[in-house]
Amino acid sequence: MPLIKEGKFIDDPFFFVPDGKAFPEEKGVIVTLARFQGEKDNLFAHRALVGVRLASNENPQVLKPDLPRLAAIVLEFPKFRDGRAFSWARMLRTRFAYQGEIRAAGDFLPDQLAFMARTGFDAFEVRQDFTLAQFHQAMTEITHPYQPSADGVKTIRELRAHK
Amino acid sequence: MAQMLTANRLKDGTVLYWRGEGWAETLAEGDVFAGQADADAALAKAQAFVAGNDVVSPYLFDVRDGKPVKEREIIRAQGPSVREDLGKQASSSTSPLRGGRKSEGFSGGGKAGAQNPHPKNASHFSTSPQGGGQESEPDVSI
Amino acid sequence: MYRYDEFDARFVAERVAQFRSQVARRLSGELNEDQFKPLRLMNGLYLQLHAYMLRIAVPYGTLDARQLRMLAHIARRYDKGYGHFTTRQNIQFNWPRLVDVPDILADLATVEMHAIQTSGNCIRNVTADHFAGAADDEIEDPRPIAEIIRQWSSLHPEFSFLPRKFKIAVSGSAHDRAALKFHDLAVEIVRNDAGETGYRVLVGGGMGRTPYIGYVVGEFVAKQDILAFLESVMRVYNEQGRRDNLYKARIKILANSLGPDEMRRQVMVEFDEIRKSGTLDLPAAERARIDAYFAPPVFETLSDEMPADGEGFADWVKTNVSPHRAPGYAIATISLKPIGGVPGDATHEQMDALAALMDEYAIAEIRVSHEQNLVLPHVRKKDLPDIHARLMALGLATPNAGLVTDIIACPGLDYCDLANARSIPVAQAISERFADLARQHDIGELKIKISGCINACGHHHAGHIGILGVDKKGVEFYQLQLGGSGAQDASIGEILGPGFGKDEIVDAVERVIGAYLELRRGGERFLDTYRRVGIVPFKNVAYGQELHAAY
Repeated sequence: MPLIKEGKFIDDPFFFVPDGKAFPEEKGVIVTLARFQGEKDNLFAHRALVGVRLASNENPQVLKPDLPRLAAIVLEFPKFRDGRAFSWARMLRTRFAYQGEIRAAGDFLPDQLAFMARTGFDAFEVRQDFTLAQFHQAMTEITHPYQPSADGVKTIRELRAHK
Repeated sequence: MAQMLTANRLKDGTVLYWRGEGWAETLAEGDVFAGQADADAALAKAQAFVAGNDVVSPYLFDVRDGKPVKEREIIRAQGPSVREDLGKQASSSTSPLRGGRKSEGFSGGGKAGAQNPHPKNASHFSTSPQGGGQESEPDVSI
Repeated sequence: MYRYDEFDARFVAERVAQFRSQVARRLSGELNEDQFKPLRLMNGLYLQLHAYMLRIAVPYGTLDARQLRMLAHIARRYDKGYGHFTTRQNIQFNWPRLVDVPDILADLATVEMHAIQTSGNCIRNVTADHFAGAADDEIEDPRPIAEIIRQWSSLHPEFSFLPRKFKIAVSGSAHDRAALKFHDLAVEIVRNDAGETGYRVLVGGGMGRTPYIGYVVGEFVAKQDILAFLESVMRVYNEQGRRDNLYKARIKILANSLGPDEMRRQVMVEFDEIRKSGTLDLPAAERARIDAYFAPPVFETLSDEMPADGEGFADWVKTNVSPHRAPGYAIATISLKPIGGVPGDATHEQMDALAALMDEYAIAEIRVSHEQNLVLPHVRKKDLPDIHARLMALGLATPNAGLVTDIIACPGLDYCDLANARSIPVAQAISERFADLARQHDIGELKIKISGCINACGHHHAGHIGILGVDKKGVEFYQLQLGGSGAQDASIGEILGPGFGKDEIVDAVERVIGAYLELRRGGERFLDTYRRVGIVPFKNVAYGQELHAAY
């Protein structure tokens, strides 16, 4: 799956390991929440990069004690209509001040990318045919937001006050 | 049950009916499928028009003696029953519906023979697209 | 009223460009219909029975003459010469072409209008008391906070893919003209014991398949905290609202399953966090800045006497003129319910003529009410006879506000892809049956509301008489409900019994009203009599039995 981070395609430093499968030798690993909770110590002991993939109904607050050691959290969009991950991302970035990678995966529309960036996502698993030009357009269509979010971008009200 | 196939044109929303290898704009011109196999075949062909971004949401509906069974499809074939000056019913000289059956109006035991101090069809304001002339009465039967 | 600054103008312009690009991508096939549908819905564009339908936002139901003229222009240029005003104070056009919609949105942007978030699973148009800023029973004009909520909710990154649609209403009066208790969230301006104004926040009201009346989730929220509070509620909903069942996805279901105590507790957790961060503080200076946009017109010192009658004037004043807070002024309701007409429709000629009338009489604003009428909020009493005469010539002076022929009806099966039955012909037939004005006055206040399907866009649950169209084996049937109310005494109508055919429904309604006339005491309205005697006498009569002497 092509991965966009910091505005460009990058090689994915992580490998998603489905439940029940063995870990590969190299690479960081991403596992489901259930697996993480079961094998947490082992993962941290033997992997430099550990990530967790959350289903849309899994509240990230369960990861709070582990956040400083988690390199990435993947938030799933099972269907683009399921917008829970926007709240989960915001929770991670703002409430828990999570510094690691928050990645969007699953079924989402390019037109949701800007919302994702605002709520704290910084990495995006995109479709094969998706281009950087499309990514850039999606990110820049609306210049100034009305409301604050996890990205800390100046809102229209703040901009008004500084005129 | 016999069926017909309808869809909407993507770019302007116009209601369409399958005919031959393509689409017509009135139900009267549309193909009637006596058997399910023919109906399914047409629906399958219609998918090409979906993939080609010409139409959206093709679906089959029941007809009897060439007329839709459901009120919804009768209205869809003609236009709003409350605005006979709008929709397909207005733009064709013959009925867009085979046999010309209109949507049935509403009735009660009888109208109160009441004065109507504020007739809605004030003569200098019309709701027809041409912008002039008398507003048509909705089809309210007694 | 609110005026866009460069930021608002740019926001809407960018949104238009974004949609133009989305339409182009749809036509080229880069987006398929499944991908395009949520995008077009967030710009208010539906695919209906005959054509596309575009729902344009009228924030808190307020328009100026320039905007009204633009709506007339859109009706003429891109549609079939008319528009339909809705139960959420918006306007709908029934025949736009997809390829024209970007141009329509561009035209709207020139007069500070848009179709943003009038559909989709996001926060919808914020509605308000249509008498805001004018009513004599108002604590404060609720439209400034409505505008603040509008901005905060526009393209909110966290709340644009909610479990379901989200509707917010505001009111500044104890007399609830905005149907607060039937909204997902409602904000009511209240005064505490110390004399300070703040907000009472209600949650979990709704219509649809399972109607609910909202409950208080915030008894007194301080003004500077209101956005933090609303964001808290939204967050609880976005995280926990059901995603597995479309019919259980509204916040009313969550609010009911959590219950008030647990809902409040969860909201407070979020609220405390947001308040600590200060990011959604609404300081006094910002509130004053927005308030200034809604400053009332300068009221002249005028005699408070109602002028002498013209033809039909006294009848019109009786129902369509309401008290204003400034002496010498009045609020005028423009009926879009001519006898036998389509409720809520207006022609482009009528819109233009109203705009001209507004300019001539220096009336800066016109309102859309959720009862599908228009309202002139600040009219000099001395101008009322002339304005009435002008309205009469336009077919807009039907003297029936609040009476039995002032019916609310959704577009129904004549227009709507979701409908099971037609609603407009039912409204027309009832209207014609009760056309006699003396009879209407004898009946008194009676709010009939008709929906063509369970989605309840006609708000039938809140009708004194509610009518729900259903599909019984392909045939249109109509269910009666009695005793609903959307006012501060909110109640959900009770179903009478089996449905009536389209040849029977008007007679059934007439029998029910007849029972009321027999049973009423004192100055009881229909609703009062129903609440006193219950449903049984009405049920008996509706299904053709005699009214028992015991009642």
